[in-house]
Amino acid sequence: MNLTLRIWRQQSATAPGRFVSYRINDVTPEMSFLEMLDMLNEDLINRQEPPVAFEHDCREGICGSCGFLVNGVAHGGQRGTTVCQLAMRFFNDGDTLTLEPWRARAFPVIRDLIVNRSAFDRIIQAGGFITAPTGSAPDANAVLVPKEDADTAFDAAACIGCGACVAACPNASAMLFTSAKVTHLNSLPQGQPQRDQRTLSMVAEMRNEVFGSCTNHGECEAVCPKQIPIEFIGKLNRDLIRALWHRRREPLKIPSVVQLPCAEDAHEHFHDDIRPSQEVARRQLQEDVPAPLPVGSPEHAGTSR
Amino acid sequence: MLEARIPSGPIEQKWDKCRYEMKLVNPANRRKHSIIVVGAGLAGAAAAATLGQQGYHVHCFSYHDTPRRAHSIAAQGGMNAAKNYRNDGDSVSRLFKDTVKGGDFRARESNVHRLAEVSVNIIDQCVAQGVPFAREYGGILDNRSFGGVQVERTFYARGQTGQQLLLGAYQALEEQIAAGRVTMHIRSELLDVVIVDGRARGIVTRNLVTGEISSHAADVVVLATGGYSNVFYLSTNAKASNSTAIWRAHRRGALFGNPCFTQIHPTCIPLSSEHQSKLTLMSESLRNDGRVWVPKKQSDKRAPKDIPESERDYYLENRYPSFGNLVPRDVASRNAKEVCDEGRGVGPHGQGVYLDFADAIHRLGLETVREKYGNLFDIYQRITGEDAYTVPMRIYPAPHYTMGGLWVDYHLMTTIPGLFAAGEANFSDHGANRLGASALMQGLADGYFVVPATVPDYIASTKLDPVDASHTAFRLGEAEVKDRINKLLASNGKRSPDSFHKELGKIVWDECGMARSDAGLRKALARIPELREEFWQNLRIVGNGEELNQTLDKANRVSDFMEIAELMCLDALHRNESCGGHFRVESQTADGEAKRDDANFSYTAAWEWKGTGQAPALHKEALTFEYVPLSQRSYK
Repeated sequence: MNLTLRIWRQQSATAPGRFVSYRINDVTPEMSFLEMLDMLNEDLINRQEPPVAFEHDCREGICGSCGFLVNGVAHGGQRGTTVCQLAMRFFNDGDTLTLEPWRARAFPVIRDLIVNRSAFDRIIQAGGFITAPTGSAPDANAVLVPKEDADTAFDAAACIGCGACVAACPNASAMLFTSAKVTHLNSLPQGQPQRDQRTLSMVAEMRNEVFGSCTNHGECEAVCPKQIPIEFIGKLNRDLIRALWHRRREPLKIPSVVQLPCAEDAHEHFHDDIRPSQEVARRQLQEDVPAPLPVGSPEHAGTSR
Repeated sequence: MLEARIPSGPIEQKWDKCRYEMKLVNPANRRKHSIIVVGAGLAGAAAAATLGQQGYHVHCFSYHDTPRRAHSIAAQGGMNAAKNYRNDGDSVSRLFKDTVKGGDFRARESNVHRLAEVSVNIIDQCVAQGVPFAREYGGILDNRSFGGVQVERTFYARGQTGQQLLLGAYQALEEQIAAGRVTMHIRSELLDVVIVDGRARGIVTRNLVTGEISSHAADVVVLATGGYSNVFYLSTNAKASNSTAIWRAHRRGALFGNPCFTQIHPTCIPLSSEHQSKLTLMSESLRNDGRVWVPKKQSDKRAPKDIPESERDYYLENRYPSFGNLVPRDVASRNAKEVCDEGRGVGPHGQGVYLDFADAIHRLGLETVREKYGNLFDIYQRITGEDAYTVPMRIYPAPHYTMGGLWVDYHLMTTIPGLFAAGEANFSDHGANRLGASALMQGLADGYFVVPATVPDYIASTKLDPVDASHTAFRLGEAEVKDRINKLLASNGKRSPDSFHKELGKIVWDECGMARSDAGLRKALARIPELREEFWQNLRIVGNGEELNQTLDKANRVSDFMEIAELMCLDALHRNESCGGHFRVESQTADGEAKRDDANFSYTAAWEWKGTGQAPALHKEALTFEYVPLSQRSYK
């Protein structure tokens, strides 16, 4: 099949970006999306043009490196699938696909489709761990963990830290990411001693990083390649209330909010004209068919040829 | 030259004795010492976190955007530990014996025993960190079985054990970063190891976003940078996994152990298109319940459901009745290749065998199978578009792990004093074939328990003069690195790094893959230097070295694969015996099994670098087997 790709090209964090259109021919259905981009890059190198920078590594959907928006939908719209696992058989000859990086103030663009996601690491540093210095552990079966709790912990721990939840959220909120780690560790007996402090610190850091707040849109759950359920955000909020209650005798250190970004703020809308409405994105997800979206005309954005 | 520093005494007391005899650093003095850890996978993150907890100042380097991306994350099946929670006859001695035998008697007994001993501590450590292992309804940990063993000692977290273990180590590392004891350097790739007065005192790195070359000095350098399976181009490794760190250390004088010992994993999704960029593993745990078969007839194009039982060849069950589908990886891979070479392979290209779950679904019910392997079936479905609950999976072997690596002594120190190698980067514990679920075990054993014991001993027993990054040796290292990068950029040829990598990978796969012959290896050894020559003349990189340039990163890595590939073939040619994953067609038993030659090859081959295109020098570390008597492996 032959496709038109409209790809966000941006030389560096400070340089202005723009969409560039490329035509790509002879794409086969068994290729993966990233293999299609490999093919494009090979072609660009042959023509001495700079290849498209995109992050990727394991290509099995587990490392969390890859991720960009395809026609406005994080990871391209197949349920439970990262863009590296997305097969080209879901697309049709003649499709125009628009590729752009995660758009969030907390995730500045580094180059082309690569963004800086270090804010996630700092949320983990704030409390996303159980303090267990090497050598201090009791026998592995000394503490029994009910299977249900272990399963819940696992479901939450499946998060790969790709950032799709932030990219999909109209507020660029990191609640799904944060709640997944909080739920993982707070569900286990080993996580109880630090439970309250963990919750408070991680929520504080999340806000310091200028992620937006959750307003229950559910876009995060819809695009999460590991299908982390939004109910974990509810768990996080319950744990937050619990933590505030338990700490009532201490001076209340509610995470001081540097700035509460409102819906328009947290995303960087460079080009509102091509962002599909959330409604379209949702419909697409439900239908599991990434039909091409009505996008601007190809000549509109600095076509290279 | 090769002093392995194996402690004396009975094998079960060696590690204790070693720990007792090692020197310690006073807690107040630890913060005065800095340690560089390169790599943040299981071994690297575990070592960096643990050394940070002890109070050293650690600098940890990763070429990823965050330490949580390391390829350890993709390990699926599980991790072995000699807990004997099943009461099925397991013990430290049994795990030791299985591993020595599984490695086809080409590993160092003392190291393997230590690995088996600390395996029980690893599982305790990981549970304490909150790793969500699979559990039974009573709340205790669940176990399953893996290839080459007859006990259930593998702990697992669905099909994502590597991910959960890595996140445990990553979280411990992030805690130390927050505490200021570990400084994390992300998007930084090691390009040289710096030696001052005969000791490793630092590294030269390149920032992958800005292209900046910088030097970092320390008292000790630990390499935990993984294996070199990507020399094959198509492998189950992540795209960025590379041999640059260990290879540059080798060029600086670290001997390379058993480079030809590579593992071809039997259960991967077969190649489907010429554009395919990597191969995807299907966990070996699937062989617990899946049955491997091919049609009895050649070129049988019928759909699997139309082939009656009587016309199916369950070749592993037939040839190896006592281990059946759970024979070790090398045996399973070689058999798959044989039946495909006979023309009985399945799938579009005839390069595949069936892994059939129909019996398991009938016996256990669909739900149980889904619970155990659901995510693996999903991966398979996503890639192939086929439903493995109703149609048997198609699998084929693929490069997966490298047992070879930097030669290290019992302390995991390379032949360069002060340079340690941990995890897959070293050669130490798996001999000629690694058993399933042992990679995670070894990475974490090295990272949590061995390196944090032996590195302080080195610091305490060595007089380390103050050295900082302004030392001439660093300037020279930087100059060499810049020179090499400029040479790559200057070539101005016609071919992309990927096209060279693909061509190299095909040569190595054809001649130094699952079956190796004298003639084939000589052919490869003639071809690789020619290709390397062309690489340096005809390479095309767009852009420059002062920006984020993924083509340049790739070219740099491929330049090292070009050299390591040659050493692999040379080692494979010199080792005129078959053992484990190294199968020389000239050396097989009457029924086609790997035939070792203990009289001539019971040693570790450690190669010394003599220059590009120069013949390396061979050093031998003799292997003795006092506790597991040498025997021909039999899984029949």
